Amino acid sequence: MSSADKLKGFPLPSSLKVLPGTEGAQAGYPYYTQFSKEDDKQFWFYNSMHFPEPMCVFDMITAEAAYCALGAANTRVHCLPTTLGIDSRIINGRVYIGGNAVTDPAEIERRTKEFQQRAFYYYANWERLFSNWKSKMMGLIREAQAFPKPELPEFEPLENVRAGRGIASNHYLLDIYQKTLEGYFRMWHHHFEFLLLGYGAYLTFFDFCKKAFPEISDQTVARMVAGLEAEIFRPDDELRRLAKCAIELGVDDQFKDGRSPDEIIQSLKHLGQPGLQWLKELEVSRDPWFNINVGDGFYHYHRSWNDDLSMPFAALPGYIANAKKGERLERQTAKLMEDRKKLIAEYRELLETDEERTAYDQMIELAHRVFPYVEGHKFYCEHWYTNLFFNKIREFGALLAKYGFFPEADDAFQLSHYELESAIIDLMTAWSNGSAPRGPSRWPAIVRERKEALAVWAKHDTPPALGPVPDIIDDPAIVMLWGITRENLDKWLSAGAQPNSNEIKGVAASNGVVEGVARVVKSAEEINRLRHGDILVCQVTNPSWAPVFQKIAAAVSDIGGSMSHAAIVAREYGLPAVVGTGTATQKIKDGQRIRVDGGRGVVTVLG
Amino acid sequence: MHSTEIIGWFAHVGLVDRPTVGGKGGSLGEMTRAGIPVPPGFVVRTAAFERFLRALEAEDAIRPKVESLAEHELEKITALSQQVRARLEIAPLPDDVNAEILAAYAELCSSAPHSPLAVRSSATTEDAADASFAGLQDTYLWVKGAEAAVRYVRSCWASLYSVPSIAYRRRHALPEEGVAMAVVVQQMVDARSAGVMFTRSPLTGDRSVITIEGAWGLGSAVVSGEVTPDRFVVAKITGEISVREISDKHIQHVPATEGGVNQVETPEDLRRASCLNDEEICALRDIARRVERHYGRPQDIEWAINRSGEILLLQSRPETVWSSKERAPVAKPAEDPLQHVMKIFGGRR
Repeated sequence: MSSADKLKGFPLPSSLKVLPGTEGAQAGYPYYTQFSKEDDKQFWFYNSMHFPEPMCVFDMITAEAAYCALGAANTRVHCLPTTLGIDSRIINGRVYIGGNAVTDPAEIERRTKEFQQRAFYYYANWERLFSNWKSKMMGLIREAQAFPKPELPEFEPLENVRAGRGIASNHYLLDIYQKTLEGYFRMWHHHFEFLLLGYGAYLTFFDFCKKAFPEISDQTVARMVAGLEAEIFRPDDELRRLAKCAIELGVDDQFKDGRSPDEIIQSLKHLGQPGLQWLKELEVSRDPWFNINVGDGFYHYHRSWNDDLSMPFAALPGYIANAKKGERLERQTAKLMEDRKKLIAEYRELLETDEERTAYDQMIELAHRVFPYVEGHKFYCEHWYTNLFFNKIREFGALLAKYGFFPEADDAFQLSHYELESAIIDLMTAWSNGSAPRGPSRWPAIVRERKEALAVWAKHDTPPALGPVPDIIDDPAIVMLWGITRENLDKWLSAGAQPNSNEIKGVAASNGVVEGVARVVKSAEEINRLRHGDILVCQVTNPSWAPVFQKIAAAVSDIGGSMSHAAIVAREYGLPAVVGTGTATQKIKDGQRIRVDGGRGVVTVLG
Repeated sequence: MHSTEIIGWFAHVGLVDRPTVGGKGGSLGEMTRAGIPVPPGFVVRTAAFERFLRALEAEDAIRPKVESLAEHELEKITALSQQVRARLEIAPLPDDVNAEILAAYAELCSSAPHSPLAVRSSATTEDAADASFAGLQDTYLWVKGAEAAVRYVRSCWASLYSVPSIAYRRRHALPEEGVAMAVVVQQMVDARSAGVMFTRSPLTGDRSVITIEGAWGLGSAVVSGEVTPDRFVVAKITGEISVREISDKHIQHVPATEGGVNQVETPEDLRRASCLNDEEICALRDIARRVERHYGRPQDIEWAINRSGEILLLQSRPETVWSSKERAPVAKPAEDPLQHVMKIFGGRR
């Protein structure tokens, strides 16, 4: 492609080819997620914020369920005036999405009337509806926890017979499977019940600040709005609490770098009362706060802390050392709250008229009202519920693996949710007939082919966007959730045109300048490569990564805005951070020296 | 320190004294009294000029002659300018005026007899009138010795009768009665770095930031535009430094040993080095906020950092460009506060 073409737009979807040898794997995705010729007319961008790694075919359900619910909320429930839902496609394991804007003024007007009856009701009754929301989510979680483990006995248990249940165990495989899927789809509806409205109210205040104070940094506005008690901070808080407990109980010397969680737990058990007491405290923290996964909840292999204790345990030696140096471990919420209040008052004072001050008060009041949801929902949805969901699918995987459908339980995720249901029905039928299931002769080859394709796709970079660049991007969903603006796209385009520039621009997320060694972490499994003083370079970070912030010197991410997780945590740790660079993980090589200027939003590759 | 009709020490004057000490003198006094660091000094009040001028008028008229000229009579203006300036620079000063200036000089320099001074004109009309008129007034740097100080006080007075100054007053048909000049005499800062700062953004008018511009050496290089200064933008409230543009500062102004200022090339290793460190930027921000709070409106400030790292202010005047602009409110209160979200959801932002 010539550089002139590059300036006009991104490659068309039809020009993007399925990598040779992976065609079979590509065909495994549902037909409605495949690009078609028609899609060339539309603008698409790679959703690397949520799907930074190639998606295996089952995990695509996270895109399907999410966009299904997001679209319903925008299009049909709250009736956002200028936007409908988000279309999604997948190619080479990469998820591309595009917004459906409403542009006809009459239609916008019609939708505006609807929106004001619906969304305004939510704003006006936010606290009550949000408190209902929490009960609904807890109900959903309890429901999912109650699903029995899928099992097939040789003979139906006698008590079932005597109770006259009349329905055999094989039926419950389908029943549990379908309820599991249904619950997951339902969870996503809850997820989007408030989300866009919340972001919108925040952005309203943000927009005001940018007009009143054209040079205010994004992070300052974020600091005025951010709450401090959100559930998403709790897992990290619990680790600090456990570090303190370990010191108080005198068992802190058990926590050393390099010891596995199992070793530590075993030796604590041998220490008698203090060790057992600490393990009891651990259980208190685990339920529910370790139901946080090491990703953003979109991949089955991003296991939760509860499933894999190595992430939280790896952070404990650092927290213990800090506590011994006399650092206070608790987040000083009272002080942070006081700072926020002062910041808001001081900016208010700078406004020129009382009229503006009143408008400012109105907008920040609304932003504060909605923000607990914006910050808090992820713990319940993307973490707690999603962990339950994937673990239940894993149980089905274990059962199918036992019957030879594929070698390992996790291979189930190489089947789409339709295919998995067919395999379950295959097994149900075979169990009932006493014959051999057909799956073992079908699925192993397909699983192998798809795993190989994922490995190929992972090595292959994909364009950040496809199709014609829209003149303006006026879709609040795209702007709010992905931080995609016309200016950003121009930056991406010009970054492609000047491949030699050693400067990478992004969003200034947390102030400060630091030089150091870049550690390019492309997946959560690579987190343990980070050494003290490294600069984390990643596609996106998420709440369970918080503990690594105690050892890194700065953070850089491809995706994210000033309210993204990396930005919030970096500010709290006082580390420089640049987020939303688009290309940092592609342009920076592991081990290179880089300079991060978090105040300007610039990363410089030093060599 | 004893202030009189002729001499006003900084500690005794303020903005309200502007008719007798001029804008610059009033502002330096105001800041001194507010506890903001300013190099010590005094103002030779307008009364000194008036007394001198009265003595001269007694011999041969000055003001009526100026008033009789028309704006376009450039030759006549030039001739008169030369004649009046010569008289102002040579004629003997009234005894008491001369004695008081010398006494104040002696007191200002009592601890360091040959310490260099800045002699700066401080017009009574300076800040209120067109900024271009302010620019017509003279400043003399690195002045050494009593005799030189008095000579430059006279030069400042004489600058009121420069060709452009007279032409300006004739163009605006300003009456000569009341045209007077106060002169600031203050210790000179041997600046390591110096420049200007604004308590709002000159680019966007944003009141939440302080823009600092500075270069190596005396501030005159920055004010005169002879060097491209380093530029910093710092958030007024949070202290975040959002912009650091380090320029190639090829020259700098330094004191000349014989008095006055020399322009020299900046040593190679300093040209592209930041003239301020973060701590200094932070300290400048603190001072800027104090000054702005004291005056209750955005300010345009000249600053210098001496060789021992102390910050001193040389001037502060109200920012005029953005402050005089009519601006539509960013948002008005809404009867239903929820209506504000339509800015985001309503389309076409």
